[in-house]
Amino acid sequence: MAEKKWLPRWFYQLASPRWCYEFTGKLLPLFVIAAVLLLGIGTVWALAFAPADYQQGNSFRIIYIHVPSSILAQSCYMLMAVAGAIGLIWKMKVADMVAKCCAPIGASIAVLSLATGAIWGKPTWGSWWVWDARLTSMLILFFLYLGIIALNSAIESERTAAQSTAVLALVGLVNIPIIKYSVDWWNTLHQPATFKLTERPAMPAEMWVPLLVMVIGFYCFFAVAMMLRLRNEIIQRERRSSWVRDMITG
Amino acid sequence: MNPKRKQRLIIVLFIVFGASIAVGLVMYALNQNINLFYSPTDIVEHKAPEGTRIRAGGMVVEGSVKRDPQSLMVSFEVTDFVHKVPVTFTGILPDLFREGQGIVAQGEMNSEGVFEAVEVLAKHDENYMPPEVAEALEKAGKMPDQMRAKEAQSL
Repeated sequence: MAEKKWLPRWFYQLASPRWCYEFTGKLLPLFVIAAVLLLGIGTVWALAFAPADYQQGNSFRIIYIHVPSSILAQSCYMLMAVAGAIGLIWKMKVADMVAKCCAPIGASIAVLSLATGAIWGKPTWGSWWVWDARLTSMLILFFLYLGIIALNSAIESERTAAQSTAVLALVGLVNIPIIKYSVDWWNTLHQPATFKLTERPAMPAEMWVPLLVMVIGFYCFFAVAMMLRLRNEIIQRERRSSWVRDMITG
Repeated sequence: MNPKRKQRLIIVLFIVFGASIAVGLVMYALNQNINLFYSPTDIVEHKAPEGTRIRAGGMVVEGSVKRDPQSLMVSFEVTDFVHKVPVTFTGILPDLFREGQGIVAQGEMNSEGVFEAVEVLAKHDENYMPPEVAEALEKAGKMPDQMRAKEAQSL
């Protein structure tokens, strides 16, 4: 009996490294343009035109890097875990590669989030670091990324490495809701969420619109970094296949 | 979905739910320890440990900040709009410290019921706003912390 195809066709097509390589090659320039434009506009808007905060003055402006990088570090982890799960269930090579490429990007963005948070914390709270639930769970996210990178490079076989990192990523997935709700569940020094899914941000539009531009810009930047790494990984793993040889020798 | 894949999907779901339940139980057990600070109510009702260093958090009561002209000593009261706890601190306060601001102080209760802080951290909320807006809201008495204080009084 033929298996019923209950997922859209592109999902199956993405499973082919060659198709994926060509598809990301077409998408890449679009995302480069979007990332440059959004990050450029967002940065100028945030630094020069957005108003300063009544309490914190200009040091508030670090929010325009801190919040996007924090959101992205968590989204990147979710993508990694989902790709890992797809790799485990459907044994899809491209999903394994996506999961592998997520880890170093996510780790760097988590560092950016922790570093900007510390720089922001010193003048406003009076401390670089506090062991409150939000900060600690974010640090755990960073360690999870490091663990996943280490585990992936410690195992020789690509297939086994992908399987074990996927399991670790899935176990670590429980940390994401903890980061998200830490400020609601416990007393923390960290302020509650800036962006909520259900209501408008507490700050006025002239402050959150540039922040939203920065968040989308960060996502586009992530897509660019991701696709560059993924294309590299595809070529490296498929180096013995005829289409890669043909492409390289021309 | 073929049976093999279905089986693997079940394993993946089992990993995610298993890990969530395990971590959930751990956090339920550690619930009190994850809170960064105790509220003035916890302290007044003796729910906070006594005789050891703890963190106390709350709003600085309007008009309660007194600075010693000879030294860096500051005394003030923190409140959660139910109870008040007097606090003393010697040292440099963070920029955001002011009356009506949320703070977290680390220190110990002394025998006279005064919280002797060794570190004071300022808390801020997500209600960022430009100075002009803040001024206008202040005049109308509609600042978020004023609203909260009003709500607390009407309880």
